[in-house]
Amino acid sequence: MTDATLADLCIFAAAEAFRGNGEIIATGVGPIPRLGASLAKLTHSPELMMTDGEAYLVEQPVPLGPRGYDDRKKAGYLPFSRFFDSAVWTGRRHAMVTPTQIDRFGQINLSRLGGTHLHPKTQMLGVRGFPGNTIYHPNSFFFPQHSPRVFVPGEVDMISGVGYNPARRVPGGNFSGVALRRVITNLCVIDFGGRDHAMRVISLHPGITFDTVQAATGFALERLDHLPETAVPGADDLAVIAAMDPHGIRAGVFKDNPPARPAA
Amino acid sequence: MGPRMGLAKGDGRGAGGTGVTITAGTLDKRMSARDIVAQLSDGMTLGIGGWGPRRKPMALVREILRSDLKDLTVVAYGGADVGMLCAAGKVRKLVFAFVSLDAIPLEPWFRKSREAGAIDVLELDEGMFQWGLKAAAFGLPFLPTRVGLGTDLAELGGLRTVTSPYDDGETLIAMPALKLDAALIHVNRSDWRGNVQLLGADSYYDEWFARAADRTYVSCEELVDRIEDHYPDDAQAQAFERCFVSGVVEIPCGAHPGSMPPVYGWDSKAFRAYAEAARDPGDWAAVKDRFVGADEADYLKSFGGKEAVAALPLPIF
Repeated sequence: MTDATLADLCIFAAAEAFRGNGEIIATGVGPIPRLGASLAKLTHSPELMMTDGEAYLVEQPVPLGPRGYDDRKKAGYLPFSRFFDSAVWTGRRHAMVTPTQIDRFGQINLSRLGGTHLHPKTQMLGVRGFPGNTIYHPNSFFFPQHSPRVFVPGEVDMISGVGYNPARRVPGGNFSGVALRRVITNLCVIDFGGRDHAMRVISLHPGITFDTVQAATGFALERLDHLPETAVPGADDLAVIAAMDPHGIRAGVFKDNPPARPAA
Repeated sequence: MGPRMGLAKGDGRGAGGTGVTITAGTLDKRMSARDIVAQLSDGMTLGIGGWGPRRKPMALVREILRSDLKDLTVVAYGGADVGMLCAAGKVRKLVFAFVSLDAIPLEPWFRKSREAGAIDVLELDEGMFQWGLKAAAFGLPFLPTRVGLGTDLAELGGLRTVTSPYDDGETLIAMPALKLDAALIHVNRSDWRGNVQLLGADSYYDEWFARAADRTYVSCEELVDRIEDHYPDDAQAQAFERCFVSGVVEIPCGAHPGSMPPVYGWDSKAFRAYAEAARDPGDWAAVKDRFVGADEADYLKSFGGKEAVAALPLPIF
């Protein structure tokens, strides 16, 4: 019996995405991905490399939220320019992020919604480093609200990250670095192990059915024939997660911070 | 009047406006912020150093906002610099990979401008942006990269491909040089000759803005006469060389409301007020005075002065 929350379960699943990745930079953007990367490094994958979120490499992952500026212990140096040179363009990185949209090809968007390029209906961040990240190193995604507005039909409004869409493969281009690994949501865990890298549900969170997931997705999903339940973290993992989130920021990720296993 | 590019005497100020005085062996590139903006002209391509809300030359941006300068092509890893210039209608075209205030992820005035269809854009990946600056610095027409393939960037930006002439025959994006007419950069220290020092954990791509520009103007937290007499132990913090610096001006707190590590963090309260002001009707003309001020002294005073800025804590990520 544990008192794991849905947030803890997603963190645990995120950590699995970083298992056995080798000596690469693990980047988790946002509380769940970041705690997932930290949990992986502090448990099964100590070889992972990580930054303090600014410019220094750390061997002790930094906890979330307010802390002393100099609390982190610097083990190395990776400012932005070296980040691109050493981590992105050598493929030595795995990032887990939360775009605004994703489509059936794994193409993602965080730039703009609707309208046209010169007159968008909603301007968001811009493509940031996603075009480079997705053609050079592995990527995973976390979505706190699995819905057809996120998992969109057709293609995303602006392709900010490379996916597996054959129509977007430029002849002669080298796409060998494209590696989409896991999608973790409030409902399930997905990989790209379907036909032609189609998205495939590989586990369902406790109490969730495949039909629920499919109904929340704007395109047809593949699935494992026998879908396991997403693993719930045990006491040791929960202790690590709690230590890395001393202010309980993860409790704000999902509305009402539900338990991992819904009350019967 | 331009910077005094000759060898200056005594206090380094050449007599009159002739520009060159030779006596004591000190290249003197000191200028006022107003002089710097007077060197810029309508229609220029202007690079702005820093990253999002970090180490931005905001005082020089404010000086532009007090001027009649217009029709700029702005090249930046954007923060409030881009937001304010867009809000004020100074931007004809923006070259960007993102515009963000970090803690306020979506830059509100940039959004308004984009959602009104008010500016032309070239949207790039953060890394290929750097490639464009490097190509410009080295006088190359482009640098090849895989970045952009398989996304919408190439088609939307008119980016063309090249084929490797070697046996691999790989198709690559030819990232065009981002040649800058001028660049503005805020540094921690400089001397009169433009020997800069960038402290703090990260200098981002400031050095490539400097090298990609015909002329780079630097504002600094602290100006000294000869840096070797004051901070010789920090020479490794010279991110770019003085041959790339055309003018320098001392403006303490010159990155406010953004951060200037390790001296001060960003001003969350000021950023919140700035974001609030963008809400409907969000008329820049009506709120401009609050965020630009009549001059820097007036501006700083309204945010509590140097002491208040110095007390702003560094952000924790």
